[in-house]
Amino acid sequence: MKSVAPRSAVADPATLAASLKDMATSILEEAKRQGATAAEVAAGDSSGLVVSVRKGELETVEFTNDRGFGITVYVGDRKGNASTSDAGPDAIRQTVRAALNIAKYTEEDPCNGLADAEAMARHVPALDLHHPWNIDVPFATERAAETEAAGLAYDDRIVNSEGARVATARGCQAYGNSHGFLEASWGTRHSTSCLMIAADSNGMQPEDWYTVSRDPADLEDHVEVGREAARRAVGRLGCRPVKTGSYPVMFAAPVAAGLISHLLSAISGRALYRRESYLLDSLGRRVATEGISLREEPHRPKGLASAGYDGDGVATRAKTFIDQGVVASYILDSYSARRMGMKTTGNAGGYFNLDIVAETRPVEELMREMDTGLLVTSLMGQGVNLVTGDYSRGAGGVWIAGGEPRHPVDEVTIAANLDDVYKGIEGCGDDIDRRGNIQTGSLLVREMTVAN
Amino acid sequence: MTSTDVIVSARQALWEPDEIGEPEVTGLLGRLSAKDIDTGELFFQLVRHEAWGLEDGKVKNGAFSVDRGVGVRAISGEKTGFAYADNIALPALREATEAARSIARTGHGGGTGVLTGTTAAVRYADVDPIASASEQDKVDLLRRIDAFARSLDPRVSEVVVRISLDCETNLVVSTDGLMSGDARPMARFDVMVLAEQSGRRERGVSGGGGRFDVGWLFNTDSAEEYARDAVRMALVNLDAVDAPAGAMPVVLGPGWPGVLLHEAVGHGLEGDFNRKGTSAFAGRIGEVVASKLCTVIDDATLPDRRGSLSVDDEGTPGQRTTLIEDGVLVGYMQDKHNARLMGTASTGNGRRQSYSYLPMPRMTNTFLTPGDSAPEEIIASVDKGVYAVSFGGGQVDITSGKFVFSATEAYLIEAGKVGPAVRGATLIGNGPEVMQRVSMVGNDFQLDRGVGICGKDGQTVPVGVGQPSLKIDEITVGGTAS
Repeated sequence: MKSVAPRSAVADPATLAASLKDMATSILEEAKRQGATAAEVAAGDSSGLVVSVRKGELETVEFTNDRGFGITVYVGDRKGNASTSDAGPDAIRQTVRAALNIAKYTEEDPCNGLADAEAMARHVPALDLHHPWNIDVPFATERAAETEAAGLAYDDRIVNSEGARVATARGCQAYGNSHGFLEASWGTRHSTSCLMIAADSNGMQPEDWYTVSRDPADLEDHVEVGREAARRAVGRLGCRPVKTGSYPVMFAAPVAAGLISHLLSAISGRALYRRESYLLDSLGRRVATEGISLREEPHRPKGLASAGYDGDGVATRAKTFIDQGVVASYILDSYSARRMGMKTTGNAGGYFNLDIVAETRPVEELMREMDTGLLVTSLMGQGVNLVTGDYSRGAGGVWIAGGEPRHPVDEVTIAANLDDVYKGIEGCGDDIDRRGNIQTGSLLVREMTVAN
Repeated sequence: MTSTDVIVSARQALWEPDEIGEPEVTGLLGRLSAKDIDTGELFFQLVRHEAWGLEDGKVKNGAFSVDRGVGVRAISGEKTGFAYADNIALPALREATEAARSIARTGHGGGTGVLTGTTAAVRYADVDPIASASEQDKVDLLRRIDAFARSLDPRVSEVVVRISLDCETNLVVSTDGLMSGDARPMARFDVMVLAEQSGRRERGVSGGGGRFDVGWLFNTDSAEEYARDAVRMALVNLDAVDAPAGAMPVVLGPGWPGVLLHEAVGHGLEGDFNRKGTSAFAGRIGEVVASKLCTVIDDATLPDRRGSLSVDDEGTPGQRTTLIEDGVLVGYMQDKHNARLMGTASTGNGRRQSYSYLPMPRMTNTFLTPGDSAPEEIIASVDKGVYAVSFGGGQVDITSGKFVFSATEAYLIEAGKVGPAVRGATLIGNGPEVMQRVSMVGNDFQLDRGVGICGKDGQTVPVGVGQPSLKIDEITVGGTAS
């Protein structure tokens, strides 16, 4: 088989960054020429390779390849946005014109505009995000095949597979605005994933596992990825019903990150100024257990969500959003900060590496503490209402009785108000899941309704 | 406009700006025609999008975008090679073609001769929703609906209104020399309100749309109706009590609650999962998978609907496919790739989010056909249960068959009567089991209003759902009340 490299696998990231910065500069110049009083532009170029194997055979080879830019223009206090996948000179002129046309019809909003000039990042730290993985299709195919084979061989009850996937991608983004701020950053992201299907007389159960990192050297052993997917799938067999009632519920680390994300959404600027949060006016208020803090570390080397500046060009910095259960800071970009009469926290585009800070304990100890209840390992559906805090989702997991795992549980719901959930967190496991933007261990919640 | 006219104008829109013509395109198809490549195709696409948003009483946001590119796919047995270019210039097309054909072991075979346009019935008007009203008229409409929603009740504290318009042109050319195209309009209008009363806040949402221009908003009172509905939902929820917890009878209202069909059976009947044997419905054609009251259909041919397709993203004409007939599983939804591997024909369900994604079997408009029961009779038959009329969305695990959907407007049923509203709750069940427990089907069939978005394997596509009122004898309701 012939091997084809993704386009910018051969491009030097610094050269790519320079070309995107040039493009950003010419877009900003065009915006000024056409009459914008201020403008900001984000331009990106990314490419990658995704190879999937199923039942030992190559299934798909996908080359990803995306380029484009988006511009926001301001005319006084009015704003317009436009974007395109085309980066030619005609497209730049037309896209700027489209943005300015939009700005003719939007209304004045004094909160609009670039972030304050003095808030722009002055020194952008080196974050060690670029670690190319120069693999070709045959290598990726073999790696995926080994991953899947390890899963299929793990147990006789593994009867089918959705396959294994190896992916590598690299991206470069430039951001500039009419304050004269212009920066580019680049990084890589690689992953291996696998989905195994176990079956018994009651039917099939699928489970997946994955590893992801900036540096291929940091990926979990791919054979272990296949085995873990299989181990988890086999662990889902033999589900038994449970009695509807109120029980302690432990969120396993991979799903605990999702639980924490709702708390972060509820203290985010947009939800607050639109009054779509149950945590309005919560600054300085207790919203979670005393023992829990949430800290952001944007400059972590090799971090999956690391960034030296946010989507407004504002310097990112380490900070605590939740301090011992109390809201220490909202999560704001410059627009939401102005809407709320506050200062931006450097979070345009979200948060960058969020860690739970808590006294952690072995998960077995947390199980003994819960005694009887549900360990949740998978969640389904959208049943989270941030306006009221009402939470009701589909769940699967393991029934814990006498402090020990007893049997898998399927097709149950867990429900409570989020305010009670966060205030009722009684422990954090030492099994921190490092794969996401939010990194937490398993979380034990005092009580939720489990329905079956 | 006929499908032939559509192809002619799609060629103009997609090829002419970059001076691409039939010789260049057949040359690329020739490169895709290696001996061990079964089939290959180029998917050219141009999407223009415009959206306007009002919040806090002002039209604060507007956005316009253009996305133009080509996806190239080569298929050899079960192997697929795929690459795309975000422009339609010849060097980029060549590069994507070479990358896609890299799964082939042999050099290229014969070229493709002339391209032959296919014909298909056109299911929606060739209109440009973006150009169908002036910018001023669109932003004035948002302001009018904001004022209208606020005028309905003093408890309305926040209103968000959004209009979103798309105009898509695509052209599919394949190594068999066939060429088809589609011109797809899409319009959507959404209203979200918050109502506040003695410190409690609740949300109501409504909206609609379809494959047409904005005339439906300006020539009817649809926009006002959405606003009225959103306000009504928010006010109802202000008085909602805790939802019950546990297994009980549930009556679903008509229209949008058809998300039940989408999750409980729809996804599980997509060809890819059944070819791979990973669906809970795999290998069950001819078996009873639902109560005999259930006939489920996927229909791309409904005029102007959000999920409708004149031709799918592989060039196959949109079709009406019966999936379940009187409770018996009779068909799957197929794209070309899975149909070929399963020895059957595409059902026109090959869809992709855009040129930068691979097509796969997807639903269009999926619904349950009407039954005989009056809706009041269905509710009267329940002693104690839940009546759910609106949902926020759902999710399914294809392999185990379990699915959830989350009610955003629901009521208790007490002694055969609709009682107080209950807080939002998730319903969970197993698709084949729940469908067997459908014991009454209403005569009040409705399609949804045109807001459905379906996600699968990281790709979203617009879809429709529909159903009459129906009763499920037992399903788990995820409330908190004991």
